[in-house]
Amino acid sequence: MSTHTNDHAVDSHAGDDHHEHEHHVTFWNKYVFSQDHKMISKQFLVTAIVMAILAMLMSLVFRLQLGWPDQKFPFLESILGKWGADGKLDPNFYLALVTIHGTIMVFFVLTGGLSGTFSNLLIPLQVGARDMASGFLNMLSYWFFFGSCAVMTASLFVEAGPASAGWTIYPPLSALPQAIPGSGLGMTLWLISMVLFIASALLGGINYVVTIINLRTKGMKMTRLPLTIWAFLITAILGILSFPVLFAAALLLLFDRSFGTSFYLSDIFINGAPLAHAGGSPILFQHLFWFLGHPEVYIVLLPALGLASEVIATQSRKPIFGYKAMIGSMLVIAFLSFIVWGHHMFVTGMNPFLGSVFVFTTLLVAIPSAVKVFNYLATLWKANIVLSPAMLFAIGLVSFFISGGLTGIILGDSALDINLHDTYFVVAHFHIVMGSSAIFGMFAGVYHWFPRMYGRMMNKRMGYLHFWLTIVAVYGTFFPMHFVGLAGAPRRYYAYTAYEGFDAAININALISFFAILGGLAQLIFVANFFYSMYRGKKAVQNPWNSNTIEWTAPVEHLHGNWPGAIPEVHRWPYDYGKPGEEQDFIPQTTPFSQTKNSNLPGEG
Amino acid sequence: MIKLLTLLVIVMAVVTIWRLIRVLELVRDLRGDEDAVTDKDNSTHGKLSLWFLFLGFAGMIYFTLDAKKYLLPVSASKHGALTDSFLNMNFALIIVVFFITQFLLFYFAWKYKHKKGHKAYFYPENHKLEFIWTIIPAVVLMGLIVYGLKLWISITAPAPAEAMVIEVYGKQFDWSVRYSGADNKLGHSNFKLITDNNPLGVDVNDASSEDDKTARELHIPVGSVINFKFHSRDVIHSAYFPHLRAQMNCVPGMTTEFTLEPTITTDSMRLITNNPEFDYVLLCNKICGVAHYNMKLKLVIESPEEFKKWYKEQSYVFERAEVKPAAEPALTTDSVITAEATASDIKVIATK
Repeated sequence: MSTHTNDHAVDSHAGDDHHEHEHHVTFWNKYVFSQDHKMISKQFLVTAIVMAILAMLMSLVFRLQLGWPDQKFPFLESILGKWGADGKLDPNFYLALVTIHGTIMVFFVLTGGLSGTFSNLLIPLQVGARDMASGFLNMLSYWFFFGSCAVMTASLFVEAGPASAGWTIYPPLSALPQAIPGSGLGMTLWLISMVLFIASALLGGINYVVTIINLRTKGMKMTRLPLTIWAFLITAILGILSFPVLFAAALLLLFDRSFGTSFYLSDIFINGAPLAHAGGSPILFQHLFWFLGHPEVYIVLLPALGLASEVIATQSRKPIFGYKAMIGSMLVIAFLSFIVWGHHMFVTGMNPFLGSVFVFTTLLVAIPSAVKVFNYLATLWKANIVLSPAMLFAIGLVSFFISGGLTGIILGDSALDINLHDTYFVVAHFHIVMGSSAIFGMFAGVYHWFPRMYGRMMNKRMGYLHFWLTIVAVYGTFFPMHFVGLAGAPRRYYAYTAYEGFDAAININALISFFAILGGLAQLIFVANFFYSMYRGKKAVQNPWNSNTIEWTAPVEHLHGNWPGAIPEVHRWPYDYGKPGEEQDFIPQTTPFSQTKNSNLPGEG
Repeated sequence: MIKLLTLLVIVMAVVTIWRLIRVLELVRDLRGDEDAVTDKDNSTHGKLSLWFLFLGFAGMIYFTLDAKKYLLPVSASKHGALTDSFLNMNFALIIVVFFITQFLLFYFAWKYKHKKGHKAYFYPENHKLEFIWTIIPAVVLMGLIVYGLKLWISITAPAPAEAMVIEVYGKQFDWSVRYSGADNKLGHSNFKLITDNNPLGVDVNDASSEDDKTARELHIPVGSVINFKFHSRDVIHSAYFPHLRAQMNCVPGMTTEFTLEPTITTDSMRLITNNPEFDYVLLCNKICGVAHYNMKLKLVIESPEEFKKWYKEQSYVFERAEVKPAAEPALTTDSVITAEATASDIKVIATK
């Protein structure tokens, strides 16, 4: 099967003349309905950047409210209209902002944006394929994603406001428009958007898995795959196994909302009248949601770790330490991610024994995570580190992975979670370990592979400035936030004026908001650099980072089919950096052992 | 006019930025700047890594010492004292790991920065090392798991029979409480029985509801075991007692519970916190709608005597025809309300 598809791609390319109608390049099939994985990857990236800016602006608006709750901001009225009347953010709209900020960041930026961009770009180029197994499904995957983003954005303009029950949309709050205005049309649009998103994620995921398994070039054994590809493979499998469960959960919620079923609803008295729903359980939804929701954390994180592994090895000019242990720990993390979902539900009244099981499985995740961190540190030890912006972002990712992972040990313990659950301690934890580290992985990927995507370099000075401002802003924002949580402040509070004990926390909140705004401004540098370099950056050379992986053997100019001639054959693993006996400090995967007699280890060549 | 001016400012800004970019480009071309990373960059950013490391550590330590004043005061519940010390144990551990690993990370970035002509040490694996750093975290985590689970099992153990049963009932956007009275049993309730006069939907025909009392505030006697039963009538709420280190969701359609023993009275805590205004509070900690942030209830922990006095003044869920003045209530050490009028003395008026 694999060879057949490969050959077909070669043939059809070589036989351009015979199939001119298929290859007639127009604006529409080149930039819009493209089936070329490189173009689709750019489409994902640009869409994700636009969505990320939107979600970031939302967070800045609610940070203004949290940092300076007594202050009026007249400009809010000009941009938000009735939601910012008199310069004060509306409390309902505050909840809508935190909901949509979370939804966009988790799903559209860190899932669609991260996997969509880099799985699409790197899978065919790094395994040595002409394109994805199905270019058409790949195109559909992007357009479902685009539709999903469009519906979610449209929901912002609904009169009663967008969904506002939190990004976890727990019913009954999300099921009853009587309970919160956002649970009207806004919530319906949220669910429709999510259904489209899941379709996109599945189409993409199946394509990634098939491509990695079937379309590897000659010599590309599974044990010669770069860690990026391993990460994308595991991520795609996680998505295929868990997203359908979210689909089911969303569908049942849609039924409860629209057709009067009672999957999640029972014994409800609201707005002066009892509802007819009987026999459902709101907790069922949480089980279904977190069955996706926890693997989702790794769907977000693993590709980032994969990108970072690749960047760290390349820029350290040294093999990644413990290649097989890295794969093994990713597999263990992926397996465990399916049996830890209950740690989001310790205080739902879950049977304490079941809670203990989830404590056990949850804390086990720390072991493979620790192995990964130690392996990164061992890779940096005695390396020859090129501190490119991408490398700095990869180091930043490891830093966040440590900081956020460590507080996870606390939250994973049910006895401690009783007090910290749903406080700002949790918000700080997951923004560091999942949000910031995944977005740093994405930045590392963009800076590193930008020349591969656009044939130009990004400006390094702006990259450095972006990195230092961002890492300072992230720690400045989220480190103090742990203390707000330890002070007992619940999340999703419009203001902390209701309880005098929180007065002191206001000072911290202002500090947090200050750093959040700094972080937001720093992203302008990135956006400017990105779009500027796209058109006017310095022209890139073919292999700007002296990298071993085969995506750098393809010409700078993009062409459909990736390589003008035959697909290169692979002879070795991707991490022969700094091998003793060799003059160069890297040996591309395409170099046979017969050409490196001086550096071959016993058993090689 | 203002709009026109704003537009003008925006246009000017765009033009300025464009010109600035052109200048930067020219400078770049003049200097022959490359976007490849030079050893000068490595040296600069290696140094910045060290600065970031040490200033970051200093900032964190300074902030942590300063932020102590924001943290919750000492736990006012028995189990909370245990979880607090376990939390501190966890913190001690993770702070050590944090400082070591972050130090190595940023120190290596500086120490092993690229030098031309230099080569990295080819070191792809070492099984012994990997084994060691798999086993050590595994052993440490096993310790944490065992310790944590022991604690969890003791906290979630079934409530002793003598524990005082109190219902905490959440609805958008306030809390109600119901005491179970002399029989220590809450009368049945049903959401279909909810009326303006019976906001908790208590079943008047259930004998155990006869001595149930409701109150505007939540008072509990110090030193006695309290078994909270949680209910909600509309959406999920979460009853969160930050000072008691306790939290449990209130879910429509089911009863959840949490058992705890308060150890410090409000008065004592006022002395401890040096704040005469201090009050315990019950907060809602699950997003429940527009006034989520305002959904709270005052919690008072007081001596058994004060509690008895206060409890007497509270009204029954259903008004009674007459209440015999009971003999001085003999509050047991377990603080079960045994001293109320017995059920036979009571006539329920509101029969509906």
